[in-house]
Amino acid sequence: MTLFYLAGSILLAGALFLNRNALINKTLVIIFLLLQVCYTAFLVIYQNCSDAIYFKSDALAILMTGTLTIIAIPALLHRYDYVYKEQDSPANRGMYYGAMVIFIMALTAGYTASHIAVTWIFVEITTLSTSVLTFHRRNAGSIEATWKYIFVCSISLVFVFIGILLLSLAMNNEYQAGMQYSTLVQLAPSLDPFWLKLAFIFIFTGYTAKLGLVPMYTAGIDAKDKAPAPASALFSSVLMNLGFVGILRMYIITEHASIHAWVNAIILITALLSIFVATVYLLKVRNIKRMLAYSSIEHMGIVMVGIGTGGIGYYAAILQLILHSFVKSSLFLQVGHLYKTFKSKEIFSIGNYFKYNTPGAVFLLLAFIGIAAIPPSGLFISEFYLVLALIQAHQWFVLILILILLTIILWTLGKNVFKILFVPPLGFNPKNIEKGNGYETLSHYLLLGLTVYLGFCPPQGFVNLIQSVVHSITF
Amino acid sequence: MTNILLIVFIISLLYFAIANRLMTYVKILALQGILLFGVAFIELIEINIINLIFILFETIVVKAIAIPLFMRYIIKKNKITREAEPYVPYFVSLIVITAIIVVTFFIGNYIQEPNLNKIYFIAALSALVSGLYFISTRRKIITHVICYAMIENGVFILSLAVGHNMPMLVNLGILLDVFVSIFLLGMFVNKIGDVINESDVTQLSNIKD
Repeated sequence: MTLFYLAGSILLAGALFLNRNALINKTLVIIFLLLQVCYTAFLVIYQNCSDAIYFKSDALAILMTGTLTIIAIPALLHRYDYVYKEQDSPANRGMYYGAMVIFIMALTAGYTASHIAVTWIFVEITTLSTSVLTFHRRNAGSIEATWKYIFVCSISLVFVFIGILLLSLAMNNEYQAGMQYSTLVQLAPSLDPFWLKLAFIFIFTGYTAKLGLVPMYTAGIDAKDKAPAPASALFSSVLMNLGFVGILRMYIITEHASIHAWVNAIILITALLSIFVATVYLLKVRNIKRMLAYSSIEHMGIVMVGIGTGGIGYYAAILQLILHSFVKSSLFLQVGHLYKTFKSKEIFSIGNYFKYNTPGAVFLLLAFIGIAAIPPSGLFISEFYLVLALIQAHQWFVLILILILLTIILWTLGKNVFKILFVPPLGFNPKNIEKGNGYETLSHYLLLGLTVYLGFCPPQGFVNLIQSVVHSITF
Repeated sequence: MTNILLIVFIISLLYFAIANRLMTYVKILALQGILLFGVAFIELIEINIINLIFILFETIVVKAIAIPLFMRYIIKKNKITREAEPYVPYFVSLIVITAIIVVTFFIGNYIQEPNLNKIYFIAALSALVSGLYFISTRRKIITHVICYAMIENGVFILSLAVGHNMPMLVNLGILLDVFVSIFLLGMFVNKIGDVINESDVTQLSNIKD
């Protein structure tokens, strides 16, 4: 089934790339979505089964693929061209949808891969398709963002590759065993600690480019800023999840080796630094898309604090990751509407949104509550568990630092969002304003509602899946 | 024999530090491709034949011929000036690269690992670190691509060091090469020249907070 899915997606992407007709284009996209849904269902039904040697439908893969499929539906069905309708050409559109299909395929395969090198290959493919999507507008800004993105990500992936080589050195002649994650976990106690430490550092640093942590977070910010809104929605949620999957699978290996205390310290330090950097940039950022991108960095920092703390922190981290994906992608989709109304992303030249697009403005207000983890946002639950984990681990310094930084972030996000909602913009002419399509806001509300639902009354299957991920870390 | 080839490879890094024309950089890259071909041939002769042919084909055709020719075409097409224009004097670069090689030599001697051939490790690490150094000290975008190719050469040597045990990893390294080089270069040749007139990295610093 996995091979069928991969081949089908590549064929559909090729067809989208060659096709020039808008109607056929839409049909192909819907066929791809059906394929994606079928594959997700396949993963759920055949849980914990290996497929095509290199893929396995474990709990983490199911959770992440499910998140991706839910977000991919509005992101693909949204009209991506709602801003530059006049510049749109069939060739450009084919390129965009083709890259989008390849991107989603690579993400899914990256989640399900059970071999460290196969994950790496699919992360590489996401880099390539991401740069096509970032490049979509073909102006000086997007070229700069694309160039930086390819360059930083390529260097990062070289790091990951070096990490894999060092990991093979750590294996002490057990080469015939191969580098499946399950065998590596079994070998973990006998791995050479020196090479394992080096391998972890390289793989961790490399995947931070995708996850959005210090030190490699920079390129992702530019890409999210310059890509079309539905693409940024995916970059800021499910692409970061792929980086998380890469790091978590490596983390599980180190957790069974003698170096796990050292690894936890490294993760906590980078996570705190990331939250700090995000706070500093959020205080001065003036571009709403970049503001949301930095807020993602902050959330990924919180997720990694959960991983570094352990205990109930593992549960909190995975819940936070999934809920954050839904809130952040819906916010990015809404920014597309905002941009359509005001033709600007600068906070000074947008404002009084309630007057021009009421459903969108109400959504923005609710999403602010969602992203700031104020109840009834589902993120409140995960951050509550995280605080609990920090108290149980007696990490008082980390706890106080995070609470202070989160308060500053809450203030600065609130300031900017309320400015957008209520304060009239500078030099804005409301004469020929484009009305957004009201139905498209519906999907944003649904995504936001999902976070409340999953946070406060999660279905038993969902909880079981998260618990089995936690179990795979700690058993 | 591999020792000689790898020592020539390390010397090519020193030459890179003092070369002042872009075409010299491209020629050094081609030379490194040929050296890697030799190393791969001697080191991997025992692995299965199809895999060996694939790896040798990649080193000689992609690394030694295709990428340098493509770079040359880009330099000609975009009318990039011949001078490399580094931020720091060549003399300083030479000292830094020498220091990098000496330090990696000591690190290589410090690490006791029976599975790892020291000279491979030293050559790989010094190519890697020098590549990063060259990226940060050269002004033109095209030199960044050239230095990236050099970093990949370093990684390729590292993968050869473990390659006779796990040929799959060498193939992966090649995949990285082919993917990224084609993509970076393709983008360069098609687009950057159209949108940005000066091929200088200072043109790429407008997005910021």
